[in-house]
Amino acid sequence: MRTILYILQKEFIQIFRDKAMLPIILVVPVLQLLVLSYTATFEIKNTRLIICDQDGSSESRELLAKFSGSDFFQIEGFASRYEEGVEWLKQGRAEQLLMIKSGFSEDLHREGTGKLLLVTDAINGSAAALMNAYALSIINQYNNELIQEKFPGKILAEAVSISPSYWYNPDLNYKTFMVPGILVLLVTIIGMFLSGMNVVKEKELGTIEQINVTPIKKYQFVVGKLLPFWIIALFELAFGLIVARLVFQIPVVGSVGLLFGVASLYLLVVLGFGLLVSTMTDTMQQAMFISWFFMVVFILMSGLFTPVESMPDWAQWINTLNPIAYFIQINRMIMLKGSGFSDFSGLFYSLVAYAILTLSLAVWRYRKTV
Amino acid sequence: MHEIAVDIKNIRKSYSGTRVLNNISLQIFQGELFGFIGPDGAGKTSLFHILTSLLLPDNGSAVVAGYDTVKDYAQIRRIVGYMPGKFSLYQDLTVEENLKFFAGIFKTTIHENYALYKDIYGQIEPFRKRKAGQLSGGMKQKLALSCALVHKPQLLFLDEPTTGVDAVSRTEFWEMLKKLRDQGITIIVSTPYMDEAALCDRVALMDRGQLMAVDAPANIIRAFGQPLFAVKSDKMFPLPQALAVIEQTKTVYRSGEFVHYLNNQADFDPARIEDQLLKLGHAGITIRRIEPTIEDCFMLLMQNPLEVETN
Repeated sequence: MRTILYILQKEFIQIFRDKAMLPIILVVPVLQLLVLSYTATFEIKNTRLIICDQDGSSESRELLAKFSGSDFFQIEGFASRYEEGVEWLKQGRAEQLLMIKSGFSEDLHREGTGKLLLVTDAINGSAAALMNAYALSIINQYNNELIQEKFPGKILAEAVSISPSYWYNPDLNYKTFMVPGILVLLVTIIGMFLSGMNVVKEKELGTIEQINVTPIKKYQFVVGKLLPFWIIALFELAFGLIVARLVFQIPVVGSVGLLFGVASLYLLVVLGFGLLVSTMTDTMQQAMFISWFFMVVFILMSGLFTPVESMPDWAQWINTLNPIAYFIQINRMIMLKGSGFSDFSGLFYSLVAYAILTLSLAVWRYRKTV
Repeated sequence: MHEIAVDIKNIRKSYSGTRVLNNISLQIFQGELFGFIGPDGAGKTSLFHILTSLLLPDNGSAVVAGYDTVKDYAQIRRIVGYMPGKFSLYQDLTVEENLKFFAGIFKTTIHENYALYKDIYGQIEPFRKRKAGQLSGGMKQKLALSCALVHKPQLLFLDEPTTGVDAVSRTEFWEMLKKLRDQGITIIVSTPYMDEAALCDRVALMDRGQLMAVDAPANIIRAFGQPLFAVKSDKMFPLPQALAVIEQTKTVYRSGEFVHYLNNQADFDPARIEDQLLKLGHAGITIRRIEPTIEDCFMLLMQNPLEVETN
């Protein structure tokens, strides 16, 4: 026990003597939370629209007024011909083209139906779908008003009406969705990178050779190496939660204690993973590369940005091996839904199994020989 | 002096097909200052790794202070002090923090065995608040030695402790080793410097994984048994080739400002060297009979065909 204390003491001296360490611990979480949660958003605002109104009637102007009055659209300019509007799309000066051909109002009056052309730059598919939906809802609204106006008293064909209610994130605030996930990333980076890197550093500098010819036992070394980063990562989580609360007003609906309990367990998985990587590599560069590879795959598949449910079956199956996916899911449940332990006990036990697996694999792989 | 501290039996080790240790057997006695002498690639570090339980031999066994290096590795790690060839202390910890850390993990304190390394640590104590990485080479070496001594080891393994250290510090370092030996610690040291062999009680000459001789330095020199000549002329560059063609020549090699010459005939007449050189137009010829050094013994042993293993 005393031996572990000596190792811990040494580790903490080294960690805090490292000039890069305090900025990493204090600045990185704030930056990540601020930058990622403001920028990694799917909300579409200010879609740049190019109008080609060849009709020029009061009806077309009315429709355009609806677009210009919307937060979601910003009219960038007017084109006289269709080709000119397409040119705007090509050059990236506009994302959507609304074409009103001449004869639009005439057709409306004479035949009771008018045609519009809506062209959307769909390089980013999900954004295009959203822009399209916004545009359609505006046109739809215009349509209804038109019907009311022309045929007063006519009952609109609305047999079924829907009034949606969004639970757990009533304002559909994207940050509310992102921040719990980003907190998981923070904790993962500390756990996976710093701990693994620390062990490989001893190998690379050769200090491990001296340590190996001492009575230090395997478990003492491993505990001494992992515990500091376990503590730092939990501190990081607390720090991140405070920033989330103060800056984004994101509440923790569920129990904070439960959140930390799960985080403590999750960290064992990540620390074990970092240690495992370090036992299989000889230089910090190798360890960095391997950790980074797994990290990117885990993050992209984790459901942080895109829903896991829409991934192909094989990807969802791989995700059962993705610790980040587990914790992001649990973290969102606790923070946003206020879920209790029984709500995610299955995920929790999977993490327990995972922690046992990675840690024992790492300890088994760690050798006190050259 | 005759109790066995280290007993090495038929140790072999290969790395991906290359044999780095070939059937090494020898014994080191308690209280000895024992040196493994050999150039880079002789296998010294691999042997040290095996003796300090860091490496498993392919074949054979080693017993250190009564403990088998494979079976009883835990006991060995408790009672030996090891100083790796590369400086392996924490460069970002101070002198004092390093020493305290190693004292801590050996379950002792700086003070408990302070008498043992007072002379050594005393010299760097004024810099105890300095980070180890900022120390000079000689001071790093003293710190490493202090850390290896903090738990009063029975045996001390020093892998090339004087490599890259200046001449004054080297002499000083050997003085320290002798004092430690006099306090009863068995010291096993490796070095590529032949002149340091004379400072050991006994040495093992090693080359390419082979043990060539194990004895007291004086005995190794005595066993040389052949007249050795140092030759010099105004044309030093072609000199070895000129001498090599003399009948019954055994070895010719450069050593400092001379070329050392050895002939197979015990009653070799040095006048033949002069004749040969004059014939080839050399001038300013100096020929001296000299006493062999360990280096000469090493060269002679290297010339002997190494015993080829049959199995």
